[in-house]
Amino acid sequence: MRFQFKTSYNQDIRLFKDRIDTSWYGLLAVAVLAVPLLMSDYYVGEATWVFIYAICGVSLMALVGYTGLVSLGHAAFLGIGAYAHAYFLQHGVPWVVSVALAVTITTASGIVVGLPALRMTGIYLTIATLAFGVIIQEVFSRWESVTHGFAGMPVEKPTIFGVPFHDEWAFYYLCLFFLVLVLWMTRNLLRSPTGRAWIAIRDSEIAAQSMGVNLAIYKSIAFAYSAGLMGLAGALFAHKIGYLAPDIFTILLSIQFLLLVIVGGLGSLHGAVFGAIFVALLPPLIAILRDSIPASMNEAAQAMNIKLLAIIGEGIGNFLKKPGVEAGIFGLILVLVILLEPLGMYGRWVKIRVFFSTFPMYRGATFKRQKSYMRSERLR
Amino acid sequence: MSFFSVDNLSINFGGIKAVDGVTFDVKKGEVFTIIGPNGAGKTTIFNLVSRIYQPTGGKLVFDGTDITNVPPHRIAALGIARTFQNIELFEHATLLQNLLLARHAHKKSNFFSELMFLPSVRQMELEHREAVEKAIDFLDLQQYRDSFIVNLPYGVRKVTELARALCTDPQLLLLDEPSSGLNVEETEDMAFWIQDIRTLLGITVLMVEHDMSLVSAVSDRVLALNYGRPLAMGTPGEVQSHPEVIRAYLGG
Amino acid sequence: MCRGRKLVTFLQLTLNGLAVGCIYGLVALGFVLIYKATELVNFAQGDLLMLGAFVAYMAVIWWGLDYWLAFLISVVTIGVFGALLDATILRNVIGQPQFAVVMLTIGLGAMFRTFASVTWGSEIYTLPTPFGGVWQVGGVTLSHQYISIVVGTLILCGVLYVFFNHTRVGVAMQATSQNQLAAYYMGIPVKLIFSLIWAISAGTAAAAGILLAPVTLIDINMGLAVALKAFAAAVLGGFGSIPGALVGGIIIGLIELYAGATLPEGFKDTAPYIVLLIMLVVRPQGLFGTMTRKKV
Ligand SMILES: Nc1ncnc2c1ncn2[C@@H]1O[C@H](COP(=O)(O)OP(=O)(O)O)[C@@H](O)[C@H]1O
Ligand SMILES: [Mg+2]
Repeated sequence: MRFQFKTSYNQDIRLFKDRIDTSWYGLLAVAVLAVPLLMSDYYVGEATWVFIYAICGVSLMALVGYTGLVSLGHAAFLGIGAYAHAYFLQHGVPWVVSVALAVTITTASGIVVGLPALRMTGIYLTIATLAFGVIIQEVFSRWESVTHGFAGMPVEKPTIFGVPFHDEWAFYYLCLFFLVLVLWMTRNLLRSPTGRAWIAIRDSEIAAQSMGVNLAIYKSIAFAYSAGLMGLAGALFAHKIGYLAPDIFTILLSIQFLLLVIVGGLGSLHGAVFGAIFVALLPPLIAILRDSIPASMNEAAQAMNIKLLAIIGEGIGNFLKKPGVEAGIFGLILVLVILLEPLGMYGRWVKIRVFFSTFPMYRGATFKRQKSYMRSERLR
Repeated sequence: MSFFSVDNLSINFGGIKAVDGVTFDVKKGEVFTIIGPNGAGKTTIFNLVSRIYQPTGGKLVFDGTDITNVPPHRIAALGIARTFQNIELFEHATLLQNLLLARHAHKKSNFFSELMFLPSVRQMELEHREAVEKAIDFLDLQQYRDSFIVNLPYGVRKVTELARALCTDPQLLLLDEPSSGLNVEETEDMAFWIQDIRTLLGITVLMVEHDMSLVSAVSDRVLALNYGRPLAMGTPGEVQSHPEVIRAYLGG
Repeated sequence: MCRGRKLVTFLQLTLNGLAVGCIYGLVALGFVLIYKATELVNFAQGDLLMLGAFVAYMAVIWWGLDYWLAFLISVVTIGVFGALLDATILRNVIGQPQFAVVMLTIGLGAMFRTFASVTWGSEIYTLPTPFGGVWQVGGVTLSHQYISIVVGTLILCGVLYVFFNHTRVGVAMQATSQNQLAAYYMGIPVKLIFSLIWAISAGTAAAAGILLAPVTLIDINMGLAVALKAFAAAVLGGFGSIPGALVGGIIIGLIELYAGATLPEGFKDTAPYIVLLIMLVVRPQGLFGTMTRKKV
């Protein structure tokens, strides 16, 4: 077991806990930087999706995981960022300015949505954001002079200060840069009064207020910051997808973002990244399994001369090929996570680490959850 | 002029007059206790003072300032802190984070400097940390510093709430039933702490409490309340032997 | 003459809006019943509606049963399914944050849709009903389909009203919704009551699905659209109020039809949400809801 001896207050403030921690992150950084050198464009492209989703995850984590405000309308912010960026690029605005404008516009819309949200809690807020999402999606399809409606809107590849970021690997590094920036900024907020105010609002509004937190201001900041990050993600998303259409930014996408933060682990930045890996990589994984399971089961069947295996493999393959199965698998995983591991992948990860670091003295009850009956949320 | 005065304070919920014309004032440096049967309106008075509820009538004056219309998030900065009857800690944060949040009223940073975590923010964080460590030492909470509140026993949570209130650097401390749910030993500790808070830190205490031994041990003056109306005021002994108070408690 | 035609159109829209609104109201009712009792918000309500429609379709087309028998089978099957859902899954998450529960039911809904698409296929199906005809009353076309929805809703509400107010079980349910602990001490089997409430909600959704089937046709996504509107209806009425849910549903249905007929394209589906947003800003607790605050 590793003990941390604390000798200065700075130790709790700094980004990485100690030297061992820092070296792990260093190793991770090297691995992530090396991906484009070692892997094919396909995998680099998928990894880029992870980064973009991770920015979305951080955005939602700030709002849902830390401030406790649930939004079912975040796809709309992503869309606003994406369309704004694409529109400005089309009109010859330089890339950096265009992204800045897109972020500003989404931040502003976040504040506009956040204002009525100040008076609402729980389910009322959720439904209000849902309504916002539906309305904005309709705007995307009707405001044809800007969005080109269902005809779609092509997005050019990024060129920043004359430097083209057209290749998969170049765009990979660009997205990585923004993800690291976003993680750093969010971590900064979380170790400052703003982040603590968010957490306080999440856990007890009344106590937060009595300790000097202005609920309206900090909820607005959470909304604005979250929306702004979503706008940034939207700009990158626009490049990645290459072609914008209104039916991308549906409530199902908003639900997917919520799924991301839950599966990743609410209330942790690690969770946002874990969740992004899961959400971005599950569909390609299913696609791969769809073909490889029947094939490999068939081989096994021939090798061992058991016909049943081939039939089962065939069945699984056919099932995975049916339309709508992917959504069901996402649903199943969501249900399992909430029932079995409410702290998500990050929670599981912490448990595994504690298991190994305390081995062989791990006690099953270390993480036993206290059951709380009758914790009414009607009166929040 | 008195340090904190409550003048003819009233509030109605629908038809119920939860607090009905309560007047008292608290002198600087004393421990003033409000007693009364359940539902008498004691917690409601605290909620009025912390400005969570808007009074239907009356006036609150703290240290020369009329706070009857101050928004609730300004109260801490003015120097009034409180604890809650049923513990309102930030459960999914560590004890340290809970106490640091209490420094919120004293923050000097803005959003953008925090976003970049400028050196000034770090400096401020270190100062907050120092203040918080004083409270941790004062109330002997060192071993729980990095524990999450959900994992702490009830008694420790109660002390944590007290520590959190102290971290706001209050001049007036409102304690809502500090001993409820504590065992005998913990209650005794609480009594010592309350006395220390008054004598060592010089903080004025306004308290709601049921445990009469604790009340007698620490209070200078006591106000008895029933159905939102004051029954009697005086030293603990006087109030306890007041016939109206006895009648109220025996359900007369 | 022109005024007359306008009036006819208006009446026509009102009838159709009323019918659609009744469906929203019924689904919203399901939301509210469950919420009042268990504080869970069941986002899968719409998918239960979809399953109900599919079960009825299967009974009529695959097994060749009579419409009314199929109706009964579907309502009972989905009702039992709802009770089982409660007993096996949802009971475990009472006390967890509301948001987790909402996501759980969203996940369940996605699973139901996949189940339906694998079992029944992802095409669009028509359920033959006995309500094919129309009545012409002074130029207004009263289609039996729409009338069946309104009448069906009235009957269902009547049955539920009698059940909740005049049977022991119903009164026990009301008591449980108001105070679980007190109900438990009074000897009411709270868990069983919860399952029963789920059964009623799910059964109501199934009935709504069958009534709606001739209007929107049956496909795996029919529930989602309805559920979102019904959800808006429940909030509009003040989440937690049963009359509020029905009134909210009808308001949403009417707005939808009127907006579709009079406003530019695109407003049919967004107008209900615009109204909802405005209402939430003006009156955050909904039409019939009361603002409650946590006591400290
Ligand atoms: N927010 C509220 N809404 C309605 N009634 C309230 C509210 N807060 C307190 N009350 C009522 O005011 C009365 C006094 O309550 P309280 O101050 O909590 O009593 P106690 O003296 O036990 O602390 C009680 O009858 C209580 O029901
Ligand atoms: Mg009280």
